[in-house]
Amino acid sequence: MTDETKKAILVVGGGMSGLSAALEAAEAGYQVVLVEKNAYVGGRVAQLHQYFPKLCPPYCGLEINFRRVKSNPRITIHTLAEVTSIEGAPGDFTVKVKVSPRYVNDKCTACGKCADAVSATIPNPFNYGLDQIKAAYLPHDLAMPLRYVIDPSIAGTDEGQKAAAACPYGAVDLGDAGQELSLNVGAVIWAAGWTPYDPSKIEYYNFDKSPNIVTNVQFERLAAVNGPTSGAIQRPGDGAAPKKVAFIQCAGSRDENHLPFCSSICCLASLKQSTYVMEKLPEAEITIYFIDIRAMDRNEDFYTKVKASNKVQFVKSKIAMITPQANGNLILEGENTATGERFKAEHDLVVLATGMQPNTALSQVPFDVTYDPYGFLTSGQAVIGVGTVRRPSEVVTCVQDGTSAALKAIQAVGR
Amino acid sequence: MSKKVCGYLCKGCGIGDALDLGGLKKAAGEQGVKEFKEHDVLCSPEGVAMIQADVDAGTNALLIAACSSRAKTDEFSFGNQVLVERVSLREQVVWCSAEAEDDDRQMLGEDYMRMGGVKLTKSEPPAPFQLEGEVAKAVLVVGGGISGLNAAIAAAEAGSQVYLVEKEAELGGFLRTINKLGPQTAPYRELEDNPLPALLEKVSGHANIKTFTGATVDKTEGAPGNFTISLSNGESLRAGAIIQATGWTPYDPEKLAGDLAYGSSPNIVTNVQFEQKAKEGGLGGINSIAFIQCAGSRDANHLPYCSAFCCLVSCKQAMYVKQANPEASVYVIYKDVRTPSQSEEVYREAQRQGVIFIRRDEAYPTITGSDKLSLETMDVLLNEKVSLEELDMVVLATGMKPNNPKVVEAPLVAFGEDQEAAKKLVEEAKAQTEDWSVLNLQYRQGPNLPTLKYAMPDSHFICFPYETRRTGIYTSGTVRRPMRLTQAQDDGVGAAMKAIQAIRAAEAGCAVHPRSGDESFPEFAMQRCTQCKRCTEECPFGAINEDEKANPLPNPTRCRRCGVCMGACPERIISFKNYSVDIVGSQIKAIEVPEEDEEKPRVVVLACENDALPAIDMAARLGKSWSAFVRFIPVRCLGSVNLVWIADALSSGIDGLILMGCRRGDDYQCHFIKGSELANVRMSKISETLQRLVLESDRIKVAEVGITDHDKVAGIINEFMETIDSVGPNPYKGF
Repeated sequence: MTDETKKAILVVGGGMSGLSAALEAAEAGYQVVLVEKNAYVGGRVAQLHQYFPKLCPPYCGLEINFRRVKSNPRITIHTLAEVTSIEGAPGDFTVKVKVSPRYVNDKCTACGKCADAVSATIPNPFNYGLDQIKAAYLPHDLAMPLRYVIDPSIAGTDEGQKAAAACPYGAVDLGDAGQELSLNVGAVIWAAGWTPYDPSKIEYYNFDKSPNIVTNVQFERLAAVNGPTSGAIQRPGDGAAPKKVAFIQCAGSRDENHLPFCSSICCLASLKQSTYVMEKLPEAEITIYFIDIRAMDRNEDFYTKVKASNKVQFVKSKIAMITPQANGNLILEGENTATGERFKAEHDLVVLATGMQPNTALSQVPFDVTYDPYGFLTSGQAVIGVGTVRRPSEVVTCVQDGTSAALKAIQAVGR
Repeated sequence: MSKKVCGYLCKGCGIGDALDLGGLKKAAGEQGVKEFKEHDVLCSPEGVAMIQADVDAGTNALLIAACSSRAKTDEFSFGNQVLVERVSLREQVVWCSAEAEDDDRQMLGEDYMRMGGVKLTKSEPPAPFQLEGEVAKAVLVVGGGISGLNAAIAAAEAGSQVYLVEKEAELGGFLRTINKLGPQTAPYRELEDNPLPALLEKVSGHANIKTFTGATVDKTEGAPGNFTISLSNGESLRAGAIIQATGWTPYDPEKLAGDLAYGSSPNIVTNVQFEQKAKEGGLGGINSIAFIQCAGSRDANHLPYCSAFCCLVSCKQAMYVKQANPEASVYVIYKDVRTPSQSEEVYREAQRQGVIFIRRDEAYPTITGSDKLSLETMDVLLNEKVSLEELDMVVLATGMKPNNPKVVEAPLVAFGEDQEAAKKLVEEAKAQTEDWSVLNLQYRQGPNLPTLKYAMPDSHFICFPYETRRTGIYTSGTVRRPMRLTQAQDDGVGAAMKAIQAIRAAEAGCAVHPRSGDESFPEFAMQRCTQCKRCTEECPFGAINEDEKANPLPNPTRCRRCGVCMGACPERIISFKNYSVDIVGSQIKAIEVPEEDEEKPRVVVLACENDALPAIDMAARLGKSWSAFVRFIPVRCLGSVNLVWIADALSSGIDGLILMGCRRGDDYQCHFIKGSELANVRMSKISETLQRLVLESDRIKVAEVGITDHDKVAGIINEFMETIDSVGPNPYKGF
């Protein structure tokens, strides 16, 4: 059944789907190579404050998974790595991987002296640009690998030299040129994940015109203890605690001009985020503007719980316009479909429940595969799509899908 | 084993500057680590090479005094047969003691060296548990519906022998009743053919699959890698892992007689009955029809949850009507249309075909009439009552109930209560537990998979959806939560993966999730057992059976290695090779307790290694600091904390203890289910012991520390130190 001489399984993407696929296959005895484009594995779940419906921290499950990785000699991870070409067929693929320079080698002890030494900053990618971070940085508190990164913008500068000089361990390697890998593998699992839909494309929401309009993924960072505000929910515009928070559902989803499909997580994400507001700002008013609340299966209990709190006003309406005001507040216009009235409502923080765009719609698999009209990978192909590149899904489904992808890959390498 | 011990001290990351290394070595020497090597940067290639050279020359027990056991794991792993004990001088001494006096920091470091030293000398490398006889490698799949069929095919195609057991005379489950599938593939607009014939062909044609129809499971004995299953047809099978894919039953429409007039007219049918009519070609002559969504689902009086498939099924069934008669008036009366992901297009397609969707409020529509039906509902979008007349048929979109017996467990307070009270709680739980079974497990803790809400044997874990509380037994498809057909199909494949993995773990003699790969397992010194049943009752995974004299009969391949049994055992007879009551007790006793007049209290923190320990590491890295009077001891789970450790600590003059573990309650986070809860219950019972010793109950605290609570760690510790200050020194100091 298991055989160390069989070809390895390549997993592309180290988010929840990819990590699950990699671990499940490795724990069944197969060799796995995991390629991740970020400087760390964990994907978007690492950036979430809590999971619905249990309101538990995603770091907890990641820690277990990281421990499984650390104790399993069969998994090799390449971070800052992207697949550039795939040739061959199931059972025998040749895959080229480009690894970008990190400028920090594995002698790094995460002591932080390089960050202390540099003064240059960059917008913090982990916090979706909501704050600045030193250009020598640890991607986040539970980063795996626990190793700093030197941003390419300072690699060839004096700042880079300062970082190198400050490192007592010879871990800063400004000459790092990255590398090209060529892998011979028996199966390829594509778990490249998703990107939040760009809200500036929804012109009438004026996302770019007000710092007090944030996306749901940014809102996760505003609530997170390791976020830009250490978990205090504040308006990015002026740091004030918001008093009237609006969540706008289907911001781009279920819309033939944007994402025609339902992103399937946003309703529960907004319900969950309403609990962040309830906990941290008990006086704040919360309104959720929605088309349908889609709290599938047992998640209905969570919706019931939020409704029972009587702290959230649910308004069935598609918001047609957001207009920023001079005081930083936002006027929402829409039609209350329950009463038929057109209304204007003023809020001081607006959260857009933007949806999931599959990364395969933004950057295709370098192999002959088929996509559905939205760019999702279709099932039953030589490259095994998993997680949110197959369909918008929440964490549970991604894990489930990652597990089944591992089995499909095992079947492929067993051929 | 014969141990060749050596200690390695790292001077990097500030350790060499902050601590007197000579003192550290001397402290470890008191606990048997006499030989030491230092390195400026122990994790550097040169440092690791230095250790490797020793290992190559026969050193097999290493005390690595450097950073946290969670850091640099690759560098400091030297294979299964080399014991490694990590002393976290960086995170637990240097980084978190910015405000401490130098001598307090040094004492802290020295205590950790003693604690690490004694653990190393008392530990043995684990030897994997080997089942007697040949490991059974077949996978048993119970349930031949879409999920079970996919599980069977997936496992068989991965090379496993599969036994597929179906209670009906034919395979197929609900698929047998289905006319067409709703759109599943791009562009998500066309009805699709039932996949059952193709699935059946695969199953019957596969040499690895042996099918038993018309059969149920009478008895399941054994453990992963060695299950023996007796079927109702007299067959006996051996399997290594089990998949329960027993599917669902439609919600009983008789219960909707009041709310939705079910039974008052033959033209009021359920979605299941309607599908049957469609399959039989009986949809002619429908000119007007209404589908009522959430007929019993999302209703506290019926099924509180959403059944997840009914919106799409009604869209599909509405299309049947439109395709048979494009002029037909077709209404879907809904609360929320739930067509997630790409299936949004199915909803759009139904609208395109002329299906009219009416949003209702919480109240059910009123249905009257017998042959032709009338329906009145609130239309919340028009904000008025709407009447539909002359309907040929009304379809109730009823939901799903899992085919799994409800199991209610006695609350944990029942453990250790006086016999009568405990018995009552257990009886109450038993009365609510359904008296039938799918697998008929011959387990001390009952014949069924434990369930939480709604009789679904789900995992409760967002990150680990396949984990049931019975090792090597996985649930798949609608039995574990409501789902659509495509999801149930994928779920079967994933369950097959888990089953294959469980068999491999049984073969290798190591644990499955969450301590995957752990080769240690609990061993019982039976001659000292008093048959108190605590271990058999408290094991969260039903790993331990009992003989007729109440002796525990452990099944190591069912075990998840949490140590809850070890925490439960009053006689301290349960031990792992590298984790035992003696080892941790000795670590506690290795702490030097200063005389009372030195005014240096000592506090032990028993910290859950999955949540509290990483939170402590993160807090230290972020520059938080706390009292240097505190010593951390990581534990596998708070449930493994044996009360004797508390007694040991207090009797050796330790002033207080904090148990740091994860959240308990309904949304518990403990990956060993109830470790945190158990610790809390056990601690609540320790107050009597404290009173007997004339000690204040304030000396013990159970603190919930999640992994992201690193900002709270310092506060919890410092607040506790104030409490200890106010209750004063432990009077047992110096005894």
